[in-house]
Amino acid sequence: MLGPSLAVSAILFSIGVVGVLLRRNAIVIFMCVELMLNAVNLTFIALSQQLGMDGQVFVFFVMTVAAAEAAVGLAIIIALYRHRDTVNLQNINLLRG
Amino acid sequence: MREMLFWAASVVAVGSALMVITRRSPVASALWLVVTLYQLAILFVLLDAHFIGALQVLVYAGAIMVLFLFVIMLLNLGRVQAGDMAGTGRRVIAGVAGAVLLGELFVFRLAVPPTDLVLPTGTVAGIVEAEGAVTAVAKPLFQSYLVPFEITSVMLLAAIVGAVVLAKRKL
Repeated sequence: MLGPSLAVSAILFSIGVVGVLLRRNAIVIFMCVELMLNAVNLTFIALSQQLGMDGQVFVFFVMTVAAAEAAVGLAIIIALYRHRDTVNLQNINLLRG
Repeated sequence: MREMLFWAASVVAVGSALMVITRRSPVASALWLVVTLYQLAILFVLLDAHFIGALQVLVYAGAIMVLFLFVIMLLNLGRVQAGDMAGTGRRVIAGVAGAVLLGELFVFRLAVPPTDLVLPTGTVAGIVEAEGAVTAVAKPLFQSYLVPFEITSVMLLAAIVGAVVLAKRKL
């Protein structure tokens, strides 16, 4: 089931990208990034069926990094909310050219 | 049976992923994301990664999503916010970018792994059956990937310290 798995993974990744472009709420954007990470995990698992166990070990590492990223990212969102009283990224445009 | 389960889980995963990006309430998005993560756990089990499937439910659907919902609750963001969805121009850009990316990924899908690297069908399923789901992952993890594993622990420590420093009002 390698082909179908890669197709599902591609669709999920694209949905995640569209979500990041579509939404302005920082938390929802963050959830879309998690969705993209999971799509990549599915690719790793699908290919590990053909190429050996290393793919599953990599998914283990991706999950660890995702957990760390979620903790730090959400802490950044909390700090952002304290400063600006919003998580809407349209209002956070200090670096806009 | 396996095929049917696979397609059912895939369809639900894609559908709920679409719900994640279209629901206006962040809580609804988070709960639909939990559904997607569960479906992915099912797909992992169907692809002979039983241990990773369990981890997916425990770590992703459990720990990480609770963290998300906790922050939504803490900042009182559960209400629908005005201006969360992008305007029409941005929607068109997002749609086109998504379609182009999807097309590119489907072209990549045509690439096949080099034949001398491909294991005979059922090798991984055989390893899992012979050694058990946990041992099959643990062996490479603690043998060839021991150094990355240890570095991961340092990274987790840094993430914990970083999260506390960022979220604390006064140090």
